Amino acid sequence: MSFKVSFSVPRPAATPHSRRCWELQFLEPVFSRARPARPSRSVMLRATSRLPAARAATTLSAQPRGRRPAPRRRRKELHFPGHPELPLGDFLAGRLARPRVPAGRRAILRRGRMPPAVGRGLAGSELRPRRGRCGSQAARAVGPDVAAEATARSPKRPAPGSRRFEAAGRWALLALVTLMSFATRFHRLDEPPHVCWDETHFGKMGSYYINRTFFFDVHPPLGKMLIGLAGYLSGYDGTFLFQKPGDKYEHHSYMGMRGFCAFLGSLLVPFAYLTVLELSQSLPAALLTAALLTFDTGCLTLSQYILLDPILMFFIMAAMLSMVKYNSCANRPFSAPWWFWLSLTGINLAGALGVKFVGLFIILQVGWNTLSDLWHLFGDCSLSMVRTQVTMGKHLTARILCLIVLPMALYTATYAIHFMVLSKSGPGDGFFSSAFQARLSGNNLHNASIPEYLAYGSVITVRNLRMAIGYLHSHRDLYPEGIGARQQQVSESSVHLCGSRAKLSAVTEPAVTTYLHKDYNNLWIIKKHSTNSDPLDPSLPVEFVRHGDIIRLEHKETSRNLHSHYHEAPLTRKHYQVTGYGINGTGDSNDFWRIEVVNRKFENRIKVLRSQIRLIHLATGCVLGSSGKILPKWGWEQFEVTCSPYLKGTLNSIWNVEDHINPKLPNISLDVLQPSFPEILLESHMLMIWVLWPLPIWWLLYELLGLHKCGSQISNYGNSGLKPKDNEFTSKPWHWPINYQGLHFSGISDMDFRVYLLGNPVVWWLNLLSIGLYLLSGSIVAVAVQRGARLPAEVEGLSWVLLRGGGQLLFGWMLHYFPFFLMGRILYFHHYFPAMLFSSMLTGILWDTLLRLCAWSLACFPLAGGIHAVGILSLLLGIAYSRVLGREASAQVNLDPLGEGLDSAQGV
Amino acid sequence: MGFLQRPVVVTADINLNVVALTAVGLLSRLWQLAYPRAVVFDEVYYGQYISFYMKRIFFLDSSGPPFGHMLLALGGYIGGFDGNFLWNRIGAEYSSNVPVWCLRLLPALAGALSVPMAYQIVWELGFSPCAAMGAALLVLIENALVTQSRLMLLESVLIFFDLLAVLSYLKFFNSQKHRPFSLSWWFWLTLTGMACSCAVGVKYVGVFTYLLVLGVAAVHAWHLIGDQTLSNVCVLCHLLARAVALLVIPAATYLLFFYVHLALLCRSGPHDQIMSSAFQASLEGGLARITQGQPLEVAYGSQVTLKNAFGKPVPCWLHSHQSTYPVIYESGRGSSHQQQVTCYPFKDVNNWWIIKDPRRHQLVVNNPPRPVRHGDIVQLVHGMTTRFLNTHDVAAPLSPHSQEVSCYVDYNISMPAQNLWRLDIVNRESDAEVWKTILSEVRFVHVNTSAILKLSGAHLPDWGFRQLEVVGEKLSRGYHESTVWNVEEHRYGKSQEQKERELELHSPTESDISRNLSFMARFSELQWRMLTVRSDDSEHKYSSTPLDWVMLDTNIAYWLHPRTSAQIHLLGNIVIWASASLATMVYALLFLWYLLRRRRKVYDLPEDSWLRWVLAGALCAGGWAVNYLPFFLMEKTLFLYHYLPALTFQILLLPVVFEHISNHLCRSQLQRSLFGALVVAWFASACHVSNTLRPLTYGDRSLSPSELKALRWKDSWDILIRKY
Repeated sequence: MSFKVSFSVPRPAATPHSRRCWELQFLEPVFSRARPARPSRSVMLRATSRLPAARAATTLSAQPRGRRPAPRRRRKELHFPGHPELPLGDFLAGRLARPRVPAGRRAILRRGRMPPAVGRGLAGSELRPRRGRCGSQAARAVGPDVAAEATARSPKRPAPGSRRFEAAGRWALLALVTLMSFATRFHRLDEPPHVCWDETHFGKMGSYYINRTFFFDVHPPLGKMLIGLAGYLSGYDGTFLFQKPGDKYEHHSYMGMRGFCAFLGSLLVPFAYLTVLELSQSLPAALLTAALLTFDTGCLTLSQYILLDPILMFFIMAAMLSMVKYNSCANRPFSAPWWFWLSLTGINLAGALGVKFVGLFIILQVGWNTLSDLWHLFGDCSLSMVRTQVTMGKHLTARILCLIVLPMALYTATYAIHFMVLSKSGPGDGFFSSAFQARLSGNNLHNASIPEYLAYGSVITVRNLRMAIGYLHSHRDLYPEGIGARQQQVSESSVHLCGSRAKLSAVTEPAVTTYLHKDYNNLWIIKKHSTNSDPLDPSLPVEFVRHGDIIRLEHKETSRNLHSHYHEAPLTRKHYQVTGYGINGTGDSNDFWRIEVVNRKFENRIKVLRSQIRLIHLATGCVLGSSGKILPKWGWEQFEVTCSPYLKGTLNSIWNVEDHINPKLPNISLDVLQPSFPEILLESHMLMIWVLWPLPIWWLLYELLGLHKCGSQISNYGNSGLKPKDNEFTSKPWHWPINYQGLHFSGISDMDFRVYLLGNPVVWWLNLLSIGLYLLSGSIVAVAVQRGARLPAEVEGLSWVLLRGGGQLLFGWMLHYFPFFLMGRILYFHHYFPAMLFSSMLTGILWDTLLRLCAWSLACFPLAGGIHAVGILSLLLGIAYSRVLGREASAQVNLDPLGEGLDSAQGV
Repeated sequence: MGFLQRPVVVTADINLNVVALTAVGLLSRLWQLAYPRAVVFDEVYYGQYISFYMKRIFFLDSSGPPFGHMLLALGGYIGGFDGNFLWNRIGAEYSSNVPVWCLRLLPALAGALSVPMAYQIVWELGFSPCAAMGAALLVLIENALVTQSRLMLLESVLIFFDLLAVLSYLKFFNSQKHRPFSLSWWFWLTLTGMACSCAVGVKYVGVFTYLLVLGVAAVHAWHLIGDQTLSNVCVLCHLLARAVALLVIPAATYLLFFYVHLALLCRSGPHDQIMSSAFQASLEGGLARITQGQPLEVAYGSQVTLKNAFGKPVPCWLHSHQSTYPVIYESGRGSSHQQQVTCYPFKDVNNWWIIKDPRRHQLVVNNPPRPVRHGDIVQLVHGMTTRFLNTHDVAAPLSPHSQEVSCYVDYNISMPAQNLWRLDIVNRESDAEVWKTILSEVRFVHVNTSAILKLSGAHLPDWGFRQLEVVGEKLSRGYHESTVWNVEEHRYGKSQEQKERELELHSPTESDISRNLSFMARFSELQWRMLTVRSDDSEHKYSSTPLDWVMLDTNIAYWLHPRTSAQIHLLGNIVIWASASLATMVYALLFLWYLLRRRRKVYDLPEDSWLRWVLAGALCAGGWAVNYLPFFLMEKTLFLYHYLPALTFQILLLPVVFEHISNHLCRSQLQRSLFGALVVAWFASACHVSNTLRPLTYGDRSLSPSELKALRWKDSWDILIRKY
């Protein structure tokens, strides 16, 4: 081939000028052959400035003569990652070709980097190999010269038959990897035939979808919807209760759901394989990664049960893969594959975010990648400003469309489906506002009607906006002596927020009347502060309550007024105590409250469900609010209500009116007040944020929803009860990478079948070591480049893979790991697994690159060529062997009655 | 006599601007410093620590490292303060023994010196003396900075060290260009490190400025690496010098603060309880008085009290008493009905346990004593009731997943005693280590069930006298402090008979030798406690959120005269605040614009002025960002004064942006003059505002209610108006 010749044959000396012409002539036919497609403008645009290596390519012509032949020849015989058509047989046979360069030459070779380029663009873009539909990302990273040469020098290149054979080999290898992964994941999937760990939640939520009953969860709905769908398709009827871990499935069909999760979990391995292949262009690296993940017991265990994690990791890895693929297509923007991968990235991002908020991290990664991409595009000066603006505009629009609009739309769509599917009343009703509940069939607010504006004499319930599940509540019990102020007011009933328990139970029970589905103790009557006349007297005109009115709130059951005074609240000592006071509605001036509407859209009147109101105590100027603290036993473990002298408007002190009874007013249907879809979306997200945020409220949800992890019952709500105990379930982020302790999935007590989530120590510690090694080698390379050291082309190619490909993966690892250090939430071991995927991929790339570098630097020894192959093989075997060892160890675990030796992975 | 041959020349280079600024700064900060002679706002908080220093009593303040407190105490030392003042109420009059002037002197000096330093920084950044002067004057007239520096508070000191770090780094960086490794180069480099560690030592937030300086230094070092005119050795020397000065020296200085702190505070005090027994024993008085003279090695027959290392919710000792577990709990579960074992937070005779060798019957120490070693099997006998510590497969009262721990009562039913415990010394150096009083941290592993004696942290109900629950937990994996115990009080048991023993237990332990902990051990414990102790921050009337700070939507009333309406507020100069925020925004936009243009190879600015512009942004806008943004992540109660360091950096940016606009964006001379006039007018208005707010800054003049109302420019400002 002329192409080959043009590079590798040493030529007689010529003046630089004449040589350049000569080379260009040579390049001409090459160009026409290697790129039959039109020389797209944007291709050139990319090729010119994006990569420093492109510079190097362009310098070929300006090179002093003496140096060139040697590197060329030597490179020809070495494998390096830019080599797209790495012969598979060669690698497996461990035959790494040895250089036959004379020692004298090699000295020159080490200084082999070329001086900075003058020419630009042309050579680089033309030399780009066209392999498959898109050039590989690594090929771009390595630099067109190297890649081009690789294509050119591939010994098997000329024969089309062998190329086909290679392609077949690649596919076979991918199939093998996939098969291995599926085999391990689906092996004994049906065991144990009882509920394991969080299956109790997610299985239950899947059932909710099948039964269409409404529920509330802290995670977005997509993952559970998919589980439900899988169950539905596989014939599960949603009747199993998933009450607690350890419950036997018996005749219920659960394999569909497990199989679905295992299916997605199995796809992680081929995804990682392809990602690494794309980033490094090196089969050994990809194989190593695949082996790490296939033989890691932690990934295996996590993929086998009905959990959100396999689904989440599937979307994360898919997003990563499609991002990498799309990066590879960057030399052909707006082509079909480019659009395909770009939009696929967007879809997967939506999926990741739709399963868990952890998906935010991969969004950050893709966002960063996109920004740097645009930055490079923008910096390309080969085009005029105007054309660049047009191109930039197109690029920007495409990305906004695919990476922002599309995911947002999909994410919203999942919610739309969520609310559409869940149309029956269920355990989640109580978390949402009455207006929302009116949507749910079976809820007693369904088809209900209610007066629209508040008037004096109305009987209402008042709900706190922050403690989204609490109503202002009072009951006959008194504050105990010595609590709060030095108060011995015998006639006081304590006023506090009632958690939604009363309400939840009321929902499940048949309603008493149309309206009074809630605890009677939540009902309050609005009265004028001045008169005690009954406003419901039909002779009096209806008088609406308006913004700024002074009112009294009388508790309906006990006829005491909502009251506050200069006594410290029982728990929040800096606030004032709120009590019920007076007899039959006659109290004192401390019972007067000014009602203020925060969102004054409705002409100063107070609209049910919509107006956000504040109640300001007239005498002390404090604001009625909930402190969010839990009262002890004497307060029935409900929330404390205080009057806060600090007028900072927080959501704690904002209330809205939920139920409303006033016989003198006309009722309007609740449907009129029904929130629109955006409002529901906002409402459910607010709820999630409150729950996810480290606020005391979140554990209550644990309790209410049975979200607490198996075994760790929240026994008492005192100080220590606020969190699950420091037992084996929670862990600290620093425990994770060192595989410090795992998670019991099943078999807490003396059951015969135990499942324990723990990584394969060999894999995990190798990963940990690799991160350290990567940082070391990466910084050495970076410093060397910065010092202007001249790296031979192979080394440069390898270091580009290391810095660029590895850098992306390291970034992914950091993004999925470090934020957990900031989180106040209770953390579990399985949160680390997305990060672990990234670190495994990094390990693959790192060891492959390091071994290649090793082989290269020892090239003068006869056996050096084997180092790479031997190293990779021994790593592969070692990992596989560790898995076998682990299997034996876990077999012993089952014999061990005490749980002392729970070192290893999975019960067999 | 070489020096005689050349004349000795001293060249003094005095910038009169700096001198003048220093003088004005001193005047503004020191004027009537001792007024008001009453506790103002957070003086009530810092004052108590000053008193602790004066009395050399140990304390623990989780709000920050001790350097700042020590500086305040230095003022007290200079003024001869004896520490006798009850810091209990804001507004309380100082008694005559409190040297108010001296106590407030150091923060005021720090605040005053910030003024010339602002000048120097802008000057070193390469901007005109006019801009530098502007920056200094803005710092001078900023009311909030004035208020904050005139009291015993730490922000002005923190700002001083922040600015010093930036200034000395700039000086270093500028001398790097022409005279690397010269004396002044070394001086400024070292000073950078020292100032950084001082800033961290005053308040933890100083760490953000430190990181910023480190970051800028790292970028410059990276350029240095890329400089191929330097030899490898030279680059290495540069890097090493920076590493030593910016990493090692600050760390050493930080340790030094703690060393001095611990050396000063040698007496036990009210905060002892939080610390470990060993730490407490290293203080004079307190626990040391009890533990002095105890035998070091625990032997068979020793009488000991066992303290839990976790100390949460309260520090407590292993305890037992006559009462038994109720047969049936409230939840309906049953118990073993054996004698309760709890953890009790007070010293009590029932906390005494005797270590017994299972193979012998005697409860006294042999002569010579046989020490207990790691791995030995022991029995623990409760001193007062002579019952054995026992655990068995019965659910604990409040933690049903753990085993109940009891003192064994033989009811002659099928429940055998399981009272053998294996001793596991956690912090052992060898496997044959002897169990030592106070120093050894031990775990008790139950021989039959391999459960570990653990404090669950839950409070027992009334039948357990609300003491803390102790359980046996089967999980042996993982180390948790709640399973670790140490011997606090210890003596060799001598009495054979139970009656004598009870008498012996009641008598105090004898005393006399003190035990010392190494400095590093004390430091690491103290530092760890400071970072982990959660002070019970609740909301405060004047607390605010970071969003309120940028546009000065909040203020803090510091002090109100007991009779008149003279008052001190932390209230900034709103013109400066608003325009500084605006300037930051303008800077960010301009920077982005230039950056994009440069990317397109359009160079609007000459290279050197671009570099200047970037460096000024990195240090000033960056300084603002690092001192401001982290507050969004903090959970503690925040106040307006937390914003002052960020504000200072923002103010430095203001003249930089002005000069840039005038030099590069104003196209004609006319525009330039117009802009100059605008700036002057703006500055005049800032001065006017500053002067108007002066009575609230110094609190020296009593304003009438109408005047006060007129000062309430924002509804959210809380200015106190007396109702007559």
